[in-house]
Amino acid sequence: MSAANGKPEKIRCDACPVMCYIADGRSGACDRYANEDGKLVRLDPLKILENAAEAGTEIVPFLEREWDGEIVPGPETFITAIGAGTTYPDYKPAPFIVASEHEGVDMVTVVTEGIFSYCGVKLKIDTDRHLGTECAPVRADGEIVGHVTTSEYGSQMLSLGGVHHLTGGSKKEGRVTCSTMLGLCNGEAADLTIDGGAEITVQAGRPPVINGALEERMRVGCGSATVGMFAAQWMGLVDEVVVVDDHITGVMSEHQAGKVIGWQPTGIKINGRRSTPGRYFQVAQPGTGWGGTNLTDPLKIIGAFDPKTAKPGLSLLMVSTTGEHAAYFELDENLDPIEKDMPERLQPSVKRIEENCEPALTSVLFMAGAGGSLRSGVTEHPVGLTRSVQKALTYVSSGGAPVFIWPGGGITFMVDVTRLPKNAFGYVPTPALVAPIEFTMRADDYRALGGHMDYVMPLAEALDGKTGRQSDHILKGRRGVTRSGENPWPTGPGNYPWNRTAS
Amino acid sequence: MSKTVPFEGPTARWLPDRNSSGRRRLHLSQGPIDLVIEAVGDEQEVARAYAQAHEAFEMVLEELARELPLLRSSNAACPRGRVARLMHAATAPYRPEFITPMAAVAGSVADHILARLVEGRTLARAYVNNGGDIALHLCEGIFRIGICDDPVTGAAGGVVLLNANDEIGGIATSGWRGRSHSLGIADAVTVVARSAAEADAAATMIANQVDLPGSPRIERTPAHDLAPDSDLGGRLVTTGVGDLTRSEIATALANGETAARSYLERGLLSAAYLGLAGERRTVSPTTMITHPQNPFREEPVCA
Repeated sequence: MSAANGKPEKIRCDACPVMCYIADGRSGACDRYANEDGKLVRLDPLKILENAAEAGTEIVPFLEREWDGEIVPGPETFITAIGAGTTYPDYKPAPFIVASEHEGVDMVTVVTEGIFSYCGVKLKIDTDRHLGTECAPVRADGEIVGHVTTSEYGSQMLSLGGVHHLTGGSKKEGRVTCSTMLGLCNGEAADLTIDGGAEITVQAGRPPVINGALEERMRVGCGSATVGMFAAQWMGLVDEVVVVDDHITGVMSEHQAGKVIGWQPTGIKINGRRSTPGRYFQVAQPGTGWGGTNLTDPLKIIGAFDPKTAKPGLSLLMVSTTGEHAAYFELDENLDPIEKDMPERLQPSVKRIEENCEPALTSVLFMAGAGGSLRSGVTEHPVGLTRSVQKALTYVSSGGAPVFIWPGGGITFMVDVTRLPKNAFGYVPTPALVAPIEFTMRADDYRALGGHMDYVMPLAEALDGKTGRQSDHILKGRRGVTRSGENPWPTGPGNYPWNRTAS
Repeated sequence: MSKTVPFEGPTARWLPDRNSSGRRRLHLSQGPIDLVIEAVGDEQEVARAYAQAHEAFEMVLEELARELPLLRSSNAACPRGRVARLMHAATAPYRPEFITPMAAVAGSVADHILARLVEGRTLARAYVNNGGDIALHLCEGIFRIGICDDPVTGAAGGVVLLNANDEIGGIATSGWRGRSHSLGIADAVTVVARSAAEADAAATMIANQVDLPGSPRIERTPAHDLAPDSDLGGRLVTTGVGDLTRSEIATALANGETAARSYLERGLLSAAYLGLAGERRTVSPTTMITHPQNPFREEPVCA
């Protein structure tokens, strides 16, 4: 399907009788179907309309709760930017500037869908398995879409997207980066491979799949930390504890935590590289066995006990950092460990490790900068908006979800994609992601920052189906979504310093 | 490639936003056609009108698609389909200037559906809005329609005010940022005429001529690079307009205004509004189109 110059050819759309020929990277006459790398794709913003239609329901205004057929909305209604359209490049006011009242204060919310060329996705994958070395490229469909970044406690971190991969590389790299981010942000699963590392499947709010194995639990800590946490609880119940872990295997009798409370030497010998007393690196290869190692028989990491210290009958507990694996041994006359049933006195401690493990999840944070021309859709004086956000007079939300704003210049924010309504993100073929963003503030503060006061419309009119007169987009659909219980109400006074000082 | 895929058929649904009188609007859609329809009158008459429009919509796109090669060409052969004949009739008067029946496709679809909507019915007023190209039926009262161009300054665009005895049947808007490609640089050219098809053709032709031929500030791309089966073929369509000086804006608008006046004299339109970079011109023998002093709250007409 490639033309002589290597560019993908036009394709023929068969969605409707017009059967448009669509050039690469363009949409057909309907603006609903596009040619993406020779594939016919349905453009995302319409999914809002589609979902409602498929469910057999009427399309209703996108209220923050189920539409009950009332024409006049209740006071607790907030317009999100999802499906609002944009006025890119933002030389005119944002598609919706709506006024509502919250507890006697006139609030103005400026609603737009931002087209973010500078945007990325940060993935926190709860696992201690080695996914790849720092800076290793992360690929989707063979294209580099990001890299491995600094790992955090119990989690591996990936940084995907960014302007470099979106528009700085090949056309295909940009498209794949865009579609990978879009899928992740909209809650879909993504298959990623890391150069020299693992193959993973990740999805927001779901456990990761690493090299085909589902990661269910985070470890309670590394082997050394586990020894530290439970040293006192095991004291007097057993002579020795080995916590098997791919990162650091901990040995109670040698470990500082054990020594200070009086654990006695046992003559144990661990096969591995000793870091500090009682802490061993590389006791085995990484794998899906005990504590993230490839061990199925934990005794493989234990050498011969020192006959000068060890004595027959000595008891040994071996346990993994998730409590998923545990075994109990006693030394026979030859000082060989023999497996025995787990004594009742030790069972609660193993269970406690398990109970203290959190479920392993992948979290997806969308990060983007709204410091550019998007601001002029809000105000004639762009830096006024930046300052107002920095002073917290203006509350920023994304599809109604709270965002974290980075200190410093610009309006660079992060948002947990699971707190937005479904399919909140879209894209443009640039390629860049389209994300909802709302700025809410007191009417007076909006006037003060140079807001487009002439374009403010009452909330009731916006809900009645009226579009902002500045919007040149035909809105394809609206829908009601129920507010996520954890999200603060955007116009709620708790978000603003003027209320906190007043009350 | 031999696999037969069923086309997405026409769909009909109610729009959720009842207006202040509790009336509902009907949305008919298939492929590139999106019609928003409202009929006002006796409840039973309105219900029957909607049923007629719904029935008429069934075959519209399929019939058009059959004759697309002819409709995309600038030769003068007359097509057979009902909508296609409206397109042909609305565009033929412009020859030998370059035009194809596609210049009036949106307006013609709107006219056709409106004709079926009102056939045998008694309605106070009705409209069929096809993505900004609107067929109008007015027996009582007035239509006030706002024109949305590019209000950089916050000053409003124009307002079209129509009375029952104006004999206006359509209004259409064209511009280079709209869904169809334009040979010119107008942000918005809005035309009112006897029918939506005529308004559509005239708006397209005037918008093509709001232009600065040869200006380096204008980015242009052959139409077939953007849409391989465009009726404009290899003609250069506008893909970007840089910052224009006041005199350039005035020159471009004057070019369009000259065209609009000549079409007005030939009876091809009733009034026209031209907008470019915040500057506006009206070609309106009466006060049908005006610039209001205050911001207005009418429904915008957006191409």
